[in-house]
Amino acid sequence: MRYASANTNEQATNMSNRIPVSDFHAYPDAHGRFADYGGIFMPETLMPPLEELAAAYLAMREDPAFIAEFERDLKHYVGRPSPIYHAERLSAKIGGAQILLKREDLNHTGAHKINNTIGQALVARRMGKRRIIAETGAGQHGVATATVCARFGLDCIVYMGAVDIERQKINVYRMKLLGAKVVPVVSGSKTLKDALNEAMRDWVTNVADTFYIIGTVAGPHPYPMMVRDFNAVVGREARAQMLEQYGRLPDVLTACVGGGSNAIGLFHAFLNDREVAMVGAEAAGEGIASGRHAASLSAGRRGVLHGNRTYVICDDNGQITETHSISAGLDYPGVGPEHAFLKDSGRARYVGITDDEALAAFHELARTEGILAALESSHAVAQAMKLARELPKDQLILCNLSGRGDKDVHTIAAREGIEL
Amino acid sequence: MSQRIEQRFADLGQAGRKGLIPFISAGDPLPEATVAIMHTLVAAGADLIELGVPYSDPVADGPTIQHSSERAIARGVGIAQILGWVSEFRLTDATTPVVLMGYLNPIEIYGHARFADDASAAGVDGVLIVDVPVEEAETVALLREKGVREIFLVAPTTTDRRLAAIRARAEGFIYYVSFAGITGASQLDPLAVRARVEHIKQGGSIPVAVGFGVRDAASAVQVAESADAVVIGSALVATLAAATSRDAALAAAHAFLAPIRAALDQAVRR
Repeated sequence: MRYASANTNEQATNMSNRIPVSDFHAYPDAHGRFADYGGIFMPETLMPPLEELAAAYLAMREDPAFIAEFERDLKHYVGRPSPIYHAERLSAKIGGAQILLKREDLNHTGAHKINNTIGQALVARRMGKRRIIAETGAGQHGVATATVCARFGLDCIVYMGAVDIERQKINVYRMKLLGAKVVPVVSGSKTLKDALNEAMRDWVTNVADTFYIIGTVAGPHPYPMMVRDFNAVVGREARAQMLEQYGRLPDVLTACVGGGSNAIGLFHAFLNDREVAMVGAEAAGEGIASGRHAASLSAGRRGVLHGNRTYVICDDNGQITETHSISAGLDYPGVGPEHAFLKDSGRARYVGITDDEALAAFHELARTEGILAALESSHAVAQAMKLARELPKDQLILCNLSGRGDKDVHTIAAREGIEL
Repeated sequence: MSQRIEQRFADLGQAGRKGLIPFISAGDPLPEATVAIMHTLVAAGADLIELGVPYSDPVADGPTIQHSSERAIARGVGIAQILGWVSEFRLTDATTPVVLMGYLNPIEIYGHARFADDASAAGVDGVLIVDVPVEEAETVALLREKGVREIFLVAPTTTDRRLAAIRARAEGFIYYVSFAGITGASQLDPLAVRARVEHIKQGGSIPVAVGFGVRDAASAVQVAESADAVVIGSALVATLAAATSRDAALAAAHAFLAPIRAALDQAVRR
């Protein structure tokens, strides 16, 4: 029995560490497994459409016409490539290693999320599906989905937790301006995981004409692979830019990890460059010890959520528990299965960044570089600042600045007691 | 090794009767009433009992069972307690099959080996895990070794290739989901169900139970024209949810199920 062991992180790590990985780009396998993680744990009704999607997508990812269509939109609609910017004043102030920022915040709609929604909308269109559904937490994926639906003339329904609707009002209105219907989700904890549940219930009910655009590298196969592929442009671009601008690869990569799509997007092209270290920054909320966090990899256990085996945050009865983060986009009790695999194989490490650390980094970046980072991305910036303090001046840290912070100014003002 | 499911369907076949399978969420409306509700359902004509294991994120369930699960979870209901209830039920009922229905994560956290041992020891006859399709069935293979039947879903979307794989693996009975949707929705199309059930039965002798959308005597009779058994979940769960005491829950359970049993038996005799 592969999965019969108890659910402790130590055992999981030891089991997988026995298997040396020769090529990180060889995953997932045909069943959507990243070693012990991933897979397709879904109700039977959705299995045939998932098989259909996997077959269609596997053909498209090898199709030069599809790739050209995707790349054309990335260039002319999204505005790629996004630059790598040397945060010189921030680096000088810290006095350690150099912090470089991959500026995904400069993409159309203000985050990396559009890379994936463009890709999936093209897949949907080629499969003849005209009704698009999506879930969203912070609203960034919802906005990115509503945007591409407007761009391609598709119907768009976005499920969003009632709690998230309250804390992300601007993005809700933005989605409506783009012609999407936003459906509040009042079940469970009324946040991202419940929005995902409700989107799946919609899909199971409207399976014939509906395409579900999942916003992160989670869900059942082929989603973790497909969403990764569409975001992997970030790392491919960054790798070439590093060689061109600096004549070498970075020493460390860092990115925030909720579901993990911007992190896997940056990491993937570098996975076989063993000299490049990788650190994922999870939301430690009010601190791991407080129990109010969303750090699935750092403090969760092996389980199954939303169609894949991964690390989850749950109680002893296997009930998924409520998570907390100042950043709605990281407030998710699971994580993409490829990250679980990278953790167990030792290729990447994952650490927690608290709400306070992320806020401090937000302010520091704003004041030293004139950049308002998203609260999600501020976790990565905080981790980059920590690494910079530990490393010598000639080391290069490449940090994924995955989104811009305009959407978060109300949250930050409210937390700091400022009335706008 | 228990043969209760096979024995029950064999008995039904010989008697020319249709199986009636009520579903309840374990621990709802009152944890102390679950075992008594199971006995009451048997007295009212249940042939097999499906006991729902509550889960926080039930993606295939509609609001009725979602809320029922949330209430049970709020009372701390988990697998260990549910297996205790099955053991207690078995003290006075050695013949009615009990099937647990739920999602994978609670079992994953309980531990697969421990779950297979404890479910078998408690007298559980089958397990239907909604998010374990036939591709991932190896995940719960230990259940089979312990004599606990692996029950699988078949849906309207299921292709013939998948149906063959499910038939090759399925034990006990096949649970046919009558429409593409969530539990408790009202989209039942009896003619479509009949065509699909007959198609599923062509390939073998395993009994077929039909669930989703069966809510009362009339819909049960329609579905039983082709199915070997009917499953009634959300409508019963909603009825029980309104009960505010143990006695009220038992009375409601009996009053709900007995007329459906009578209608099924009468329809077959006609």
